[in-house]
Amino acid sequence: MTRLTLDDISLNYGDRAALENVSLDLEGGALVALVGPNGAGKSTLLRICGGLLDASRGSIRLDDAPLGEVTLAKRARTIAYLAPDGRSAWPMSVRRIVALGRAPYLKPLRALSDEDETQIDTALARAGIAHLADRSFATLSSGERARVLLARALATQADVLLLDEPTAALDPQHQLAVMGILKAEAERGVLVILAAHALDLVARYSDQVVLLEQGHIIADGPAQDSLSEAHIARVFGVSAPGGIKPTELELSD
Amino acid sequence: MMDLRLNGFLALAVLLASLASLFSGGSGIGFETLTGLLAGSDDLDVLILGELRAPRVLLGLLIGSGLGAAGAVLQGYFRNPLADPGVVGVSASAGLGAVIALYFGLSASFVYAVPVSAVGGAALGVGVLLLLAGARASATTLILAGVAVGAIATALTGLLMNMAPNPWALSEIAYWLMGSLKDASWNEVRFAAPIIISGLLVLALTPRSLDTLSLGEETARSLGVDMARLRFLVIGGAALVVGGGVAVSGAIGFVGLVVPHLLRPFVAYRPGALILPSALGGAVLIVLADLTTRLMSGPGMPLYLGVLTALLGAPFFLWLVRSTQRNAP
Repeated sequence: MTRLTLDDISLNYGDRAALENVSLDLEGGALVALVGPNGAGKSTLLRICGGLLDASRGSIRLDDAPLGEVTLAKRARTIAYLAPDGRSAWPMSVRRIVALGRAPYLKPLRALSDEDETQIDTALARAGIAHLADRSFATLSSGERARVLLARALATQADVLLLDEPTAALDPQHQLAVMGILKAEAERGVLVILAAHALDLVARYSDQVVLLEQGHIIADGPAQDSLSEAHIARVFGVSAPGGIKPTELELSD
Repeated sequence: MMDLRLNGFLALAVLLASLASLFSGGSGIGFETLTGLLAGSDDLDVLILGELRAPRVLLGLLIGSGLGAAGAVLQGYFRNPLADPGVVGVSASAGLGAVIALYFGLSASFVYAVPVSAVGGAALGVGVLLLLAGARASATTLILAGVAVGAIATALTGLLMNMAPNPWALSEIAYWLMGSLKDASWNEVRFAAPIIISGLLVLALTPRSLDTLSLGEETARSLGVDMARLRFLVIGGAALVVGGGVAVSGAIGFVGLVVPHLLRPFVAYRPGALILPSALGGAVLIVLADLTTRLMSGPGMPLYLGVLTALLGAPFFLWLVRSTQRNAP
């Protein structure tokens, strides 16, 4: 199982500390939710985990190697990142967009291999969008687009999956569908880390909830502990009598 | 498969356009002149074909392919169909370099002064651009920096023309700026070919990165794209093909804008797959446009290639701006 270890990570944007003394030990097979108000440092933490941002202090290790020493190609095959703004600059077909997830495996001037095609099919199926494969991305609804971009991330077959608000702007049905897909990935041994605001979804699906406030970790543990009434009142300034309860919505058949 | 058919079709179009240009025009040059050329005859028709038309067509192919490929790569990099070699200020900086050489009459003492100075100008423009935009600039910042670089180069060019010592110098600069292949010779081909071909090779290293860039810079980086390297390739390649072209032909606009836009649907909108077809399409467009200017030019009143492409390209640009606005979310 892949292990991602953050040791005393801090990051400053100018004078402002975006993250301060963050330490986390994350292991494959878990769905980890990063939760906190806007500006708490969730996205920053995800980018650091993906090697897209460098910390000012502290160290981050992928298994036994410092993340900064992992080659670009290996990092790209091991860690997939789903950006928060789900757009494509060009109206390519769904299949071609999902195929971009295979980029870390492609050799110069070679076409997609059979293995690539198989993984693209698998990703399309897991995201439940095989029927959209030949549609143009531009013609899809936002819920469908979110699932296409998720399939793109799945196609990389990475051991670590980082997702910045994958359920934002989705209706309840698509939210449940996406969380179900991510849960299945975690059960296959993938380390899934997502930033999210939908606390009832987080409470239902997460194995571990990291609660952040102004760049500090306030709580790190099972959902019922991290999302307790006291924590929610302190961090979000809202009252949640008895703590956050898991959503009771179910996908109907 | 689709790409192969498109590129094959465009390669055929390149061949037909070249033949059309070689064998159309005032004198009675036919295919039998070709055998004369191969036999080493020094007949006048043979000279026109071998020393005037052949280098002119070849130069058109080089310049057109460079402009088309640069347009496709810049649009892919900026994720914006309005990007064009002109946008990042490379054309204007190359033009400034050439005008400096013309203005100070450097070509009198050194035959290659204008081309060398134009490439130098393009390189300087790119240097200033990188300095302005910084190492981690977003595409938007880079476009704005490019517009600024272009504005400075245009202003300085205007200043030089303003201070031109005599009407003759002014008219030489003005005509050169209009863009034309009419003075093409094997000398120009020999100078421009290595520069433009090496630029095309640099641009040919970008397709995979441009494809992943469709989903944004962070996604591209997470998929293993080295953005600093990509930026270097894009700007370096564009500077070489555009600088090399502007050096020998003056400013020929809008080819890099129009050609990729028209071909994009035929490659299923993949920015990487668009580069080769755009190079071929740019070559066809320049050769045909140049043939048109030759056929339409009257005695003593040449129609300039740059004027023709601008007349055709500018309305297209307007239409494109309008349709881009309409499709914006």
